[in-house]
Amino acid sequence: MREAIEGSLAIARAVAMCRPDVVAAYPITPQTHIVENLSRLVAEGQMHTEFVSVESEFSAASVVLGAAATGARAYTATASQGVLLMAEVLFNIAGLRIPLVMTVANRAVSAPLSIWNDHGDSMAVRDSGWIQIHCADNQEAVDTTIQAFRIAQETELPVMVCMDGFVLTHTMEIIDMPSQADVDGWLPPFEFDRRLDPANPKSFGMLVTPEYFAEIRHAHHAAMARALPVIEAADRDWAALTGRATGGLLAVEGDPEADVAIIAMGSTVGTLRAGMAADAGRAGPARLLNLRAFRPFPAEALRAALAGVKHLIVIDRAISPGLGGIVGAEVAAALYDMPDRPRLHNHALGLGGRDIPETIYADLLAAIKDLDAPGFSVFDADLAKLAPEDR
Amino acid sequence: MKEFRIHGRGGQGSVAAAYLLAAAAFEAGFTCQAFPSFGAERRGAPVTAFVRIDSAPIHLRAQIQTPDFLIVQDDTLLLDHAITAGLKPGGAMLVNSERPGEAIAADFGCRAFCVPATALAVETIGKPIPNTALLAAFLGLSGLMPLEALASALKGRFKGDTLARNLALIDRTAASVPQGLWKEPADA
Repeated sequence: MREAIEGSLAIARAVAMCRPDVVAAYPITPQTHIVENLSRLVAEGQMHTEFVSVESEFSAASVVLGAAATGARAYTATASQGVLLMAEVLFNIAGLRIPLVMTVANRAVSAPLSIWNDHGDSMAVRDSGWIQIHCADNQEAVDTTIQAFRIAQETELPVMVCMDGFVLTHTMEIIDMPSQADVDGWLPPFEFDRRLDPANPKSFGMLVTPEYFAEIRHAHHAAMARALPVIEAADRDWAALTGRATGGLLAVEGDPEADVAIIAMGSTVGTLRAGMAADAGRAGPARLLNLRAFRPFPAEALRAALAGVKHLIVIDRAISPGLGGIVGAEVAAALYDMPDRPRLHNHALGLGGRDIPETIYADLLAAIKDLDAPGFSVFDADLAKLAPEDR
Repeated sequence: MKEFRIHGRGGQGSVAAAYLLAAAAFEAGFTCQAFPSFGAERRGAPVTAFVRIDSAPIHLRAQIQTPDFLIVQDDTLLLDHAITAGLKPGGAMLVNSERPGEAIAADFGCRAFCVPATALAVETIGKPIPNTALLAAFLGLSGLMPLEALASALKGRFKGDTLARNLALIDRTAASVPQGLWKEPADA
C-alpha cells in the first residue's frame, strides 16, 4: 500500500515484516530512527523479537553474530563511527559465514567530526567479506531490506544494506509498503544448517593454520561470486510478486544509446536523474548506471552495460587518500580488459554532507570536455579555501 | 513542482510541519518529499526543513535553494534578512507573528502574511507549538489542497485529545485567513 512515510520508519516496518528473532543495537548516536522504531514495535507487541539494547556497536554486532549462529534470524543497524567500532566483529561475522542483515545509514567518518552523509563508513569495511548493496531511494531500501534476508540465508553470507544517512533515512516520501502476507509468502523461515546446536556440538572460528587459511579465503571469494546470481534472482522473484524491481546488481537508465555514462551509488542517482530531465538535452544525454551491488562487485554486468561508451564518469561518495576514488579504481580495474574501454572521469563529491545540486549533471558532463583534467578530483571542493600546497 | 522552506526553532515542530505538509499532499493525491536540514538539534536553535510537492515522481535530493513558499514559525528569525534568500519571484512568506503582514512584506519586498499561530495554539491545544496552525493558514491562503488533507495527515500522527484539539485549531485558523489569497490561476 502506498504511504507517505519516513525512510527510517519504513525500514523498521520492513524489518518487522521479516520477523527477526533477534535485533541488537546500540541506541545512542550515531544511530537512526530505524532501531528506535523497531524497539517501539517490540514494546507495543507488534513484533515478537528479542530486542537487545547494548552498550556499544561492538556488542551489537557480537550479539547478532551469536544469535544468528544459533539459528535465529538477526538484524542490526548502525552508521558512521558505529560501523568502525563494529569492524572487528564484521570481519568475524563474514569469515564465519553467518547470515544476517544490517542496515548502514551511510555517514562520514571522523576526524574532522561530521554527522553528515557520505560513504566513508561502509567503504572502510568493504573488504570485510559482507555483501554490500546500495539503495537509490527509500522504495529501493525497503525492497532491498526484504530481499537481503533471503539473499543472506541462501548465500550464508551477511548482507549490508547501505542507504544514505539523513538524505534517505530522514526523508519522508511515498513508498509502496508490502503487506505482511506478501513477505510471509516470499521469505522462507530462517534455517541455518551449520547452526550451533547442543544436540550436535560443533565449534566456530577455530584457529586455522597456514595450511588452510588461503583455501578458506578463496572459498569466501568464490561464495561472493555465487552470490551475484542470487542477488539477481531475489530481485526477479520480488518483482514477480510486487511488480517492483530494485535493479538487482545494477540498473541502467537514461539514454541506452548515449556514448557518455555516469555511475553512481545511492541517493545521488535520483539527483542525477532529475538533473538529466531538467537539462533538456543541453548537456546531452547519458546512460545512468545505478550501481547497487558493490560487494560482490558486478564486473561482468558493468562491462555489458558500458558497451559503446566513450566517456565514463564515476562518482565516489568517499575518498581513499593517496589513491583517490574507490569506486573509480574498481571500475577502472573491471574495464581494463575491454578492447574499447571508455575514458574515465572519476570524481568524489558530496563528502561529509556537501549538498549535491541538480546542476551536478550538467557540470559533470561539461567537465568531460576538459582534456587536461586530472583522472580524479574532489569535484565540489573549493580549492580557494585551501593553502596553496593542498590545492 | 512547489518547493517549501520551513524555518523555525528547535522545539517548535518544524520538521514535524514538513512531514505533515508532505503527508497532507499525499492525502490530496500529490507526490511529496520532506526532509530536515541536517544539523545538531538543539532546543531554540534555528531549524530548517524542506518540502517538495508535485504531480510527478520526485527524484531530486538537493536542499531547496529557490522555494516558492516560506513558512516561518518564529518571527525573531526575521532579524536575519537572509531568511528570504532564493525565494522565487512572486513567492510568498507566511509568518507566525502578531505584526501586520504588510510591514513584513515591505521589509522583505515579497508577499507576506502573518498569523498569530502561537497564541492560537496556546488557546486551542494549550501548548505554544505553532506548526499545525501555520499549515492550516497556508492551505487557506494557497488553496493548494483541501483542509481535509491536513486533517487526514494529523489523524496519522496524533490520537485522542491531542488530535481533537489540533483538528479544532486547524479549522479555526484556516477560516481566519482570506481564502485563496495566494491561489494561482494555474492551480486547478
